[in-house]
Amino acid sequence: MRDHEYVPKSKFGKWFNDRLPLLSLASHLTDYPTPKNLNYWWTFGGILTFCLIIQIVTGLTLAMHYIAHADLAFESVEHIMRDVNYGWLIRYVHANGASMFFLAVYIHIFRSLFYGSYKSPREIIWIIGIIIYLLMMASAFMGYVLPWGQMSFWGATVITNIFSAIPFVGEGIVTWLWGGYSVGDPTLTRFFTLHYLIPFLILGLVVLHIWALHIPGNNNPIGIDVKKPSKDTVPFHPYIVIKDGFALLMFTIVFAFFVFYAPNILGHADNYIEANPMVTPAHIVPEWYLLPFYAILRSVPDKLMGVVAMLSAIFVLAALPWLDTSKIRSAIFRPLYKQFYWILVIDVLILGYVGAMPAEGLYLLIARVATAYYFIHFLIILPVLGSKEKTIPLPLSITEPVLEDSSNSPTVKKNKI
Amino acid sequence: MSEKKTKRREFLFTASYAVGAVGVGAIVWPLIDQMNPDASVKALASTEVDISAIQPGKAITVLWRGKPVFIKRRTSDEIAEARAVKMENLKDPQKDEDRAVNPEWLVMVGVCTHLGCVPLNDKGDFNGWFCPCHGSHYDTSGRIRKGPAPTNMEIPKYEFVNSNIIRIG
Repeated sequence: MRDHEYVPKSKFGKWFNDRLPLLSLASHLTDYPTPKNLNYWWTFGGILTFCLIIQIVTGLTLAMHYIAHADLAFESVEHIMRDVNYGWLIRYVHANGASMFFLAVYIHIFRSLFYGSYKSPREIIWIIGIIIYLLMMASAFMGYVLPWGQMSFWGATVITNIFSAIPFVGEGIVTWLWGGYSVGDPTLTRFFTLHYLIPFLILGLVVLHIWALHIPGNNNPIGIDVKKPSKDTVPFHPYIVIKDGFALLMFTIVFAFFVFYAPNILGHADNYIEANPMVTPAHIVPEWYLLPFYAILRSVPDKLMGVVAMLSAIFVLAALPWLDTSKIRSAIFRPLYKQFYWILVIDVLILGYVGAMPAEGLYLLIARVATAYYFIHFLIILPVLGSKEKTIPLPLSITEPVLEDSSNSPTVKKNKI
Repeated sequence: MSEKKTKRREFLFTASYAVGAVGVGAIVWPLIDQMNPDASVKALASTEVDISAIQPGKAITVLWRGKPVFIKRRTSDEIAEARAVKMENLKDPQKDEDRAVNPEWLVMVGVCTHLGCVPLNDKGDFNGWFCPCHGSHYDTSGRIRKGPAPTNMEIPKYEFVNSNIIRIG
């Protein structure tokens, strides 16, 4: 980093920067050298930052009208929808914003899996990312409870009961989480508090995530180390800013489609029925972004082991930098990994599908096979593949295969990036 | 520094850390315990129910501590079925005699022991209850027979105040 070399032009700027080097930070961010071959899959970091800001801003404004009380919450949400100026818009942006946030984060995670962005020296970026993902799930779950509809109530009941699987102390923990003997008013008020808190924790972790990213710099589609700055890099501004901006524009079109044309399609109709502790809806399903993990939970016939499997499915991701033993980052140069990667993508989509279906008959069988494969991919295939796979030779630099005679580097020509 | 002095210093450090840890614990505990059920929640711990209008074979559901409680007046067939079950066929072996002191009346917390849904009456493979969430089947004594739930539905503490009134809790 060359931050210390930056000297502001104006006298006041220099005076200020000597006391608080904000201008040096801004200079670092604009000049930050990025590999020139970044494709559109790299624009989702910026899109995710946008999603977080949208959720915080719409959330703050909703909190001005929402009442966190078991008797009033449901009505206050209807009040927001019908009476508050633009309340319908703000709530629909917030509710669909959660789905858009997860859509973007899944693309971001799977991009990382394809191009090996989690590998040395980027393990800490990856682990911070997994923590952010966990916090996102916690926040989304608690946010879904706040409207106090039937799905809110029973979703909260089922998810908090997961802790009762812990031997000996489980029941005590669940009572402690509830603040009573069932999900009720104390549960709602604490969920609101935590739902309000977590986005700011995420914001702090995003700063660390970006800080950790700026130490080694971005990975890139061919996954080789890039000297920076060099002829292989371009400054963040204006090149990446424009590219991110264009991708964000495309993304907001999808976002706006959901908000204005199908605002309830990702939700569940039962959540427009007020919470009733006496009646369980016939079919409880979590929001779509949690379905793969829900399928794993249900695929194990034992209560405790089901919970262990579900949590392991998330934590195995944190160990990924050490489970994947291959030194080659990008799947472009790993012909076998590339195929297993796509099988994993299909496997997770299948898990998501059976998570939405009743846990019986053929669906249960499929869920079990898909769950087993998920763990086999991370715990067996990846460690073994590192030593067994015959990889394609890497080019020496990003520029080399483009500028020099193509006979030197047939690999990049063949696999168009 | 003499060895004796070093030992004294180490002791002082250890003692300071110990006192500090106790202090931190004393400060953190109220912040954790405030989330446990408060006095007003605990005060609602018992409820009385009039059962005189329940016909044989019918059940009512009442709310106790925010949870549904099933009160079922069982028919003689249902009682016979519950008592005929062999203990080795049960996942959580428990005699029907221990679950329903007065065999005609089955009083139990209507919460599935899997993940807390409310099972449906007169459903499932064992003529008892069926949980729609994850497919647990209970028999006419509320015992788990099939599915992911680990234990039988819970029997709350209750007593007959007189022949028409039950006090739960």
